[in-house]
Amino acid sequence: MTQLEDRPDVQPEIGRDRRRKEDQRLITGRTRWTDNITLPGMLHLAMVRSPFAHAKITSIDTEQAKASTNVVGVYTAADLGESQGVLINAWAITEDQKAPTHLPMPGDRVTFAGEIVAVVVARTQREARDAAELVDVEYEELPAVLDLKKAAADEVLAHPELGTNKSAFWKFDSEEAGTGGNVDAAIEKARTDGVVIEREYRQQRLIPAFMEPRSTVVDPTGEQITMWSATQIPHILRFALAATTGVPESKIRVIAPDVGGGFGGKLQTTPEEWLTFCLANKLGKSIKYTETRSESLVAAHHGRDQWQKLTLSAEKDGTVTGLKVELLADLGSYVSLVGGGVPVLGAFMFNAIYKFPAYQFNCQTVFTNKTWTDAYRGAGRPEATYGIERMMSELAAELDMDPIELREKNWIKHEEFPFTTVAGLEYDTGNYEAATAKALEMFGYDELRAEQKQRRDAGDRVQLGIGISTFTEMCGLAPSRVLGQLNYGAGGWEHASVRMLATGKVEVVTGASAHGQGHETAFSQIVADRLGVAFEDVEVLHGDTQIAHKGLDTYGSRSLVVGGEALVKATDKVIEKAKPVAAHLLEASVDDIEFSAGRFSVKGTDQGLAIGEIAAAVFAAHNYPEGMEPSLDSEATYDPVNFNYPHGTHLCAMEVDTETGAVKMRKYVCVDDIGNVINPLIVSGQVHGGLVQGIAQALWEEAVYDEAGTLVSGSFVDYLLPTSADTISFDIEHTTTPSITNTLGTKGVGEAGTIASTPAVVGSIVDAVRHLGVNDIQMPCTPERVWKAIQGAGDGGPATEGAAMPHFDPDEPGTDSTEGAGA
Amino acid sequence: MTKITMMVDGAKVADDVEPRTLLVQYLREQLGKTGTVVGCDTSNCGACTVHMNGTSVKSCNVLAVQADGAEVTTIEGLAKDGELHPVQEAFRDCHGLQCGYCTPGMIMQSVALLQENPKPSESEIREGLEGNLCRCTGYHNIVKAVQQAAGQSEGVNA
Repeated sequence: MTQLEDRPDVQPEIGRDRRRKEDQRLITGRTRWTDNITLPGMLHLAMVRSPFAHAKITSIDTEQAKASTNVVGVYTAADLGESQGVLINAWAITEDQKAPTHLPMPGDRVTFAGEIVAVVVARTQREARDAAELVDVEYEELPAVLDLKKAAADEVLAHPELGTNKSAFWKFDSEEAGTGGNVDAAIEKARTDGVVIEREYRQQRLIPAFMEPRSTVVDPTGEQITMWSATQIPHILRFALAATTGVPESKIRVIAPDVGGGFGGKLQTTPEEWLTFCLANKLGKSIKYTETRSESLVAAHHGRDQWQKLTLSAEKDGTVTGLKVELLADLGSYVSLVGGGVPVLGAFMFNAIYKFPAYQFNCQTVFTNKTWTDAYRGAGRPEATYGIERMMSELAAELDMDPIELREKNWIKHEEFPFTTVAGLEYDTGNYEAATAKALEMFGYDELRAEQKQRRDAGDRVQLGIGISTFTEMCGLAPSRVLGQLNYGAGGWEHASVRMLATGKVEVVTGASAHGQGHETAFSQIVADRLGVAFEDVEVLHGDTQIAHKGLDTYGSRSLVVGGEALVKATDKVIEKAKPVAAHLLEASVDDIEFSAGRFSVKGTDQGLAIGEIAAAVFAAHNYPEGMEPSLDSEATYDPVNFNYPHGTHLCAMEVDTETGAVKMRKYVCVDDIGNVINPLIVSGQVHGGLVQGIAQALWEEAVYDEAGTLVSGSFVDYLLPTSADTISFDIEHTTTPSITNTLGTKGVGEAGTIASTPAVVGSIVDAVRHLGVNDIQMPCTPERVWKAIQGAGDGGPATEGAAMPHFDPDEPGTDSTEGAGA
Repeated sequence: MTKITMMVDGAKVADDVEPRTLLVQYLREQLGKTGTVVGCDTSNCGACTVHMNGTSVKSCNVLAVQADGAEVTTIEGLAKDGELHPVQEAFRDCHGLQCGYCTPGMIMQSVALLQENPKPSESEIREGLEGNLCRCTGYHNIVKAVQQAAGQSEGVNA
């Protein structure tokens, strides 16, 4: 019975840079990726995929494939019928949203290149793939709609039976909502006596590109059908399987073992999972399907893909008066799990940290014959942040003001929190002044501005630009009532339970499902602190619906702020249950029992018991209070009361070679306020990784389709994931204003870097060449696009946006990448 | 089928393989060395990197028959007698991994990099790891881990 005072070595776990518990296995190759799983007699699948973006399937000849050695069967939609189930959309953003039926494998018509038309089952993966080559599918090509703007004009239809490409129109208007004024009136007024900035930005299509290709194993031989899948969402997956296949939920067990990254890309229920489930049940054999990288790039969902038309009004002194957002968002060929909800998540974020008196958000979701889109790190919020941060810098340029000064003039001051925004959210805490001051100092803002001026004055070939992003985001998805108001199909709570073992160890079960975030470590720190047990004595269990029976999984920067809070509530219940036991064993009144640092003691005495001793006593159950259950185990389901609002100031310095268009990042500084930090080491990793994904959107990545609707960036040769040689080391710091909507005072961090960085990077390039007449360069800002933007402006040619040429010939019709290039 | 023999992580193994079998397939499927993983199909990602006769190779880019008679070390054979290799230790200490999928290849490449250049500069590290993709870390802490393993820094100790 050690007193805390006797243990000067004990320091709080929260805030400590613990090395991760997860790593020992991962650095030695002792891993449990889904593709590692091999079961006796296991069969393998290979998919036959459509090479056409839009075509009628006229015939499928499977005879030759079926005759191949070790092929067990070849199946088409006609063979499987309703047993294949259907894929769901969990968020119909409007009552009248149009959505085609989404079969895992359609029978009559394919609507994007990569859609599955037949599936081969064989004894080995290689034999399955060989046989897939022998399946002969006849298609009758149909006109495909590939260009987002043309799709919105309904000239060619992605799904002719719907009669339109328009799926849903979603609107928020501050006057109608009673949260602000009339935006059109504000803009009209500014046209006469203020300033109006109008821009159109392209959010190119991206691919999440998690490193572990998706894989699914289904074992139908037990009483429960077990599915292992490389997924972020084992619980949602189980629910959706049960809801669409007729198999009772209680007969399905889903396990997400080690999962190699997700970034939203594994926040999905997939055709491949459904077909593996269906065929394993049909054949009564275990089956594995693992995709190739090329399949992953073409058939796993994509992200972003919007046109953003933005109108910002302000007074001549820089005070903003209104913001109007008109989005076109590409759903691809289906409304996927979250689907049109992704751009809608941006609806509340375009106004960002600024005090707009009037705001309107309009979003039209549109079908095309391309891979379906869904969440990718940030999901709606990077797009919004990009739009507003670019616009604020444009306004500053128009008024010849410093962009920091302009932001400061308009942002919410720290003493104004809590602040209800024009989009109707209540921001609980924040201090934009503090984060910005720290970032400016770390960056050496004044010195870099001086160097920029010097280079401009000297007409240097290499110009310097500074990009700024003073972002916020909403994270911790999500208060269930808010989701209900938005017509989302589920809640946003999270579940946790804490089991006190007889040996003094603690098992923690969470409904969050980590895939690289380090939950085992961070959650252990929280529990160790709350219960006063050793960090090493806490085991975190997750990702298996038979162990963690209840949960809503991991996405939307929710695991700590929602799942961690559920954990706090469960540990608090353990302590409450242990108190009467402690009182009973210590022969004291419950009112005299105090709990501190893992020990229950009697006030004013040196008598006490450690929580582990109480757990052992409860296990033995020889002596416990009358009327009490002999158990300390507790669970909690926590429904968040609000989102939370991390923020930060990101500054990027970029050198631009005006003769070649090449860009070179010189410095990147960010100061993020994510509230209290549980583990600074894990936070730094989240920030670094997030930054590079956002930077990659600005500079390198784009899913490019040709005029036939083929994804030409369909391998890692063409889809430019950044390498270590492309990137730099970052200067990251934090300021702290604890959130007041959760016990731990934390805010989410998983998406922050990605949300913040993109506009800072593009802004820095534009800033470097603005004096040459450039005010926009389309992402990704390739040297070619940068060079053409400079040339276009230099020649006094078309507007800069028109000069922001992508890779391909702008006269070539239907090339996605050239959208707007000639507009 | 072709008969091959090799030393893998210190053990002598012999098998009959289809001539088209890739080294990574042989390691994973026949030897059960699932620590080595496949991340792409174009030899871009480097997740499958192992050492063959002392130098790093992408095992998706080598036929198993080409490794006949070779000495192969995978991530599973790097720690000796329960002692982590200094590069493994540095990756953990510097938080040079998150999901861990690229990690086996990244560590094997880092070991090879340091064998060739024991005191690399930051840019030499970045160039040397260019053939290995990571989607989680942004490379920042991976570079720090290699620096630490090279004895050049204390990593990211806060």
